[in-house]
Amino acid sequence: MSKILMKGNEAIGEGAIRAGCRHFFGYPITPQSELPHYLAKRMPEVNGVFLQAESEVSSINMVYGAAGAGKRVMTSSSSPGLSLMQEGISYLVGAELPCVVVNIMRGGPGLGNIAPAQGDYFQSTKGGGHGDYKLITLAPESVQEIIDLMAKAFDLSDQYRNPVMLLGDGVLGQMMEPVELGDIKDVKQTEKTWAASGMKGRNKPNIINSLYIQPEDCEDMNEKLFAKYAEISGKEKLWEEYQLDEADIVLVAYGTAARICKSAVDKAREKGIKAGLVRPITLWPFPDNVIADAASSANNVLTVEMSMGQMVEDVRLAVNGTCPVHFYGRSGGMVPLVSDVLAEIEKLAAGGDR
Amino acid sequence: MLEEILMAGFGGQGILSTGQLLANAGMMEDKHVAWIPSYGPEMRGGTANCGVSISDQPISSPLVTEPTTLIVMTRPALEKFGKAVVPGGRILINSSLVDQDIDRDDVLVMKIPANKIAEEIGNPRVANNIILGAVLELTGIVKIESVVESLKKVLPPRRHNMIPANQEALERGAALAKELK
Repeated sequence: MSKILMKGNEAIGEGAIRAGCRHFFGYPITPQSELPHYLAKRMPEVNGVFLQAESEVSSINMVYGAAGAGKRVMTSSSSPGLSLMQEGISYLVGAELPCVVVNIMRGGPGLGNIAPAQGDYFQSTKGGGHGDYKLITLAPESVQEIIDLMAKAFDLSDQYRNPVMLLGDGVLGQMMEPVELGDIKDVKQTEKTWAASGMKGRNKPNIINSLYIQPEDCEDMNEKLFAKYAEISGKEKLWEEYQLDEADIVLVAYGTAARICKSAVDKAREKGIKAGLVRPITLWPFPDNVIADAASSANNVLTVEMSMGQMVEDVRLAVNGTCPVHFYGRSGGMVPLVSDVLAEIEKLAAGGDR
Repeated sequence: MLEEILMAGFGGQGILSTGQLLANAGMMEDKHVAWIPSYGPEMRGGTANCGVSISDQPISSPLVTEPTTLIVMTRPALEKFGKAVVPGGRILINSSLVDQDIDRDDVLVMKIPANKIAEEIGNPRVANNIILGAVLELTGIVKIESVVESLKKVLPPRRHNMIPANQEALERGAALAKELK
């Protein structure tokens, strides 16, 4: 099949349709509005539901309803909208409901701006809403990888009955790149015996709820969730290793920042500096073992983010003192240049102070 | 080989679609391509620009901050981006719309009265492709035939009657650039 040129936001929509998602509830916000725009047109073609809610709070609670009925469902927004959704996401986790939530991050905090940023790493990977929980967080770096990961996002979400976050930034949402969509396949979905979709011959109704009024019960629930998270951590880490052979300087970056780092690594290698990159694709579960391995034979680790430094904390925990972990970042919607990252690598290679 | 082209002007001038056409042509030649629009808080009729990166290597950042080639369709665009072009790069100015000069001797500056030539061709809407033709000739980034093939894909069939005029526009632009070389 031939390639077509597609926007990242549109690819998320098409990828969701191909993954069997037939329900979308959302509220527009730059830089992800092309996604609801695309699905407004596309959902009716596949007899799906597209609904523009009156707010992000409504969107996420509509997702709760559709997920509770056992349907593959998605919502999307950008940073401030995600802040509004946090209560609903926590409820979805508490009720063990699968869904996919998309965040195409922009500059913050506050109203910030609409330029690309990675400042919502903590919000996505450390919980975000109230209570003890994790979101499986996928961070694609290209339009093709969006297409490749969407089915995975829905499958993981169904398998573990936990919301999955697809985390990108404004560049990824807005850019067009060639993609190979592949054939439309029949989607095999797991049977959702827990769904509130009618009695179907059962005597006991399925109840979707996140209320555990007895502390003993609530603790049991937390332990159940974390047993699940331990399993996910063991099985579901995804990452890419780039030029790690004999790397003295190991870069760690995700999404758009990782693309920039790859180019900087290439340029450093041309200059004889042995640099390499670990690109986490799942930000949670975080591929800490891979980073620890790469760091064990390196002199320096350099984390690059489009934030003031959030993932760097997880990198430090992974490296656990075996070598120094440095940070370079731009924030507020600024994007690092290849030359900036290369300069940081050169400083480390020269052994000088950064 | 990495060509980073910035096209800048007002909304409605076809800047974004000309960029997509070029990116599409690069894709048809199996090159790595990326296209990204400016998506600031823009308004209808306000400034519009897009970056197109074409390379034989994967493209790191699609954002074009230091273009190798700049196409300007308005005076504010020239003022805003004229200085950002890398030394040895190119600035192509639609001189039917921009009467200003740029004070740089380290880049190639080419002025094309694109709207005037488009009138001669008999279709004012092909102006952008005259400039695009010149870019193709100066950079060798993709072949004219690939752009024409892309037009067949991106234009709805009812607009395919526009293709000969667009092809002529691309060729006229390329011929002008050839003279300059």
